[in-house]
Amino acid sequence: MSQGFTEPPIGYTNEAADRAAADHARKGSESMPAQVITVTSGKGGVGKTTATANLGVALAARGRNVVVVDADIGLRNLDVVMGLENRVVYNLIHVIRGVTQAEKALIRDKRVPGLMLLAADQHADKDDVSPDEMDALCASLRPFADYIIVDSPAGIEQGFRNALAPADQVVLVTTPEVSAVRDADRVIGLVEATGKPSPRLILNRIKPELVAQGDMMTTDDVVDVLRIELLGIVPEDGAIVAATNRGEPVALQAGSRAGQAFHNIAARIEGERVPFMTLDASQQSFLDRLSSLFRSGHGPAGGAR
Amino acid sequence: MSRWLGRLRGRSADHERSGAVARERLKLVLEYDRAQITSAQLDEIRAEIIDSISRHVSVNRADVRVTLERDGRLVAEIPLDSARPAPGGGR
Repeated sequence: MSQGFTEPPIGYTNEAADRAAADHARKGSESMPAQVITVTSGKGGVGKTTATANLGVALAARGRNVVVVDADIGLRNLDVVMGLENRVVYNLIHVIRGVTQAEKALIRDKRVPGLMLLAADQHADKDDVSPDEMDALCASLRPFADYIIVDSPAGIEQGFRNALAPADQVVLVTTPEVSAVRDADRVIGLVEATGKPSPRLILNRIKPELVAQGDMMTTDDVVDVLRIELLGIVPEDGAIVAATNRGEPVALQAGSRAGQAFHNIAARIEGERVPFMTLDASQQSFLDRLSSLFRSGHGPAGGAR
Repeated sequence: MSRWLGRLRGRSADHERSGAVARERLKLVLEYDRAQITSAQLDEIRAEIIDSISRHVSVNRADVRVTLERDGRLVAEIPLDSARPAPGGGR
C-alpha cells in the first residue's frame, strides 16, 4: 500500500504537461470555449468534493487547464482535500467583490501543471452570493481554463442554485444507498426544471463484495430508477481515505482503482469511449482485502463472495 | 467468531438480500416523491386499472406495473394475456 505514494504518478510527466500547455497556448482563442461543469449531489457526504478534486487532477493530467471552484461558501473543504490549504490568500468572495482579480486568487497546483483552485470564503454566507454573481465569476475564469469545475454545497438551497447557475453540464455524485439516490432524484428534477441538460451520474463508493453477496444495490438498479446517463463508477477504495488524509487526490497515485476510475471519467468527459470498470470482489485493493479479512475472520479465498 | 459476524451481517438464506430490499424501498419512495401520491394510493390505482381492463381483455395481473415518472407522468405497463380469452367471453 505504501508503495502507492512513492511510485511516480501515471501519465503526467512534466514533459507531457508542458507540451499540452504549450499546445493550448498556441491554439489560444481557437480552442474550445471553457466548459463549466457543476458537481452536485443533494445529499452531503457522498464524495462530491473528492470527485471534484480528482476530476480536476485527471482533466489537468490530460493537458487541460482546469480551475476547480469551491462553491461551498462558509464551509471550505476543497483546498484541504487537495492539500492546498496553506496557500489560500484570496478566495471566491474577494474576486466577486472585486477585491482582487481572478488571476491573483487562483492557486496553481504545482503537482499537476494546468490545475488551479479558487477557494471558498470561510466567513461569508451562501446568501452573500447570487446566481448572477456566480455566473459572472465563471465568465471571468473562462479565459484561464478549458474546464471550470464547480463543487456545489450539499442541499438544494441558495448555495446549490448558485453553483448550478453557470453550469454547462452537471455531474451528479451519489452512492448506492436509498437516501442518497432519493436526493439525487430530486436534484435531477431541479436541474431539468432550469432547462439545463440532464445531469450525468457518478456512482461512488461501490463495494464489489457487498454487491456480489446481494447486500448493495447494483449500478443497474440505480441507473434504472434515476434514468440518466452513467458517466462513471468508482469503487470504495481505502486509498481515498489515505489520500485525503495527506491532501493528495487519489488520481495522483498509480495503481489506485478509484484513481483510475476518475481518469476514465475524465476521458469520457472529453468524449472518449472508455468501457466501465469491471468491479469484481476479487479486484479490491490489497488494503480492502486485508481489512475485510479482519472483519469477516476468514481468508480471501472464501471471503471474495 | 466468523459465524457470529456472518449472522450479524444477515447472511441467512431465508432472508431477502438487503440490496434487493433497498431497490424496492427506493422505488416506492421515488414514486411518492415524484408525484406526492402514496404507495397505497398507487396500489389502489393499479387494482382499479386491472379491474377495468380485464373486463375487456385478459390481463397478466402479476405483471401489471404502475409507476410515476419524474416528469409527473403516470405510466401503466399492462401485459395482455393474449393466450387466454377475456373471462367474460367478450360481451
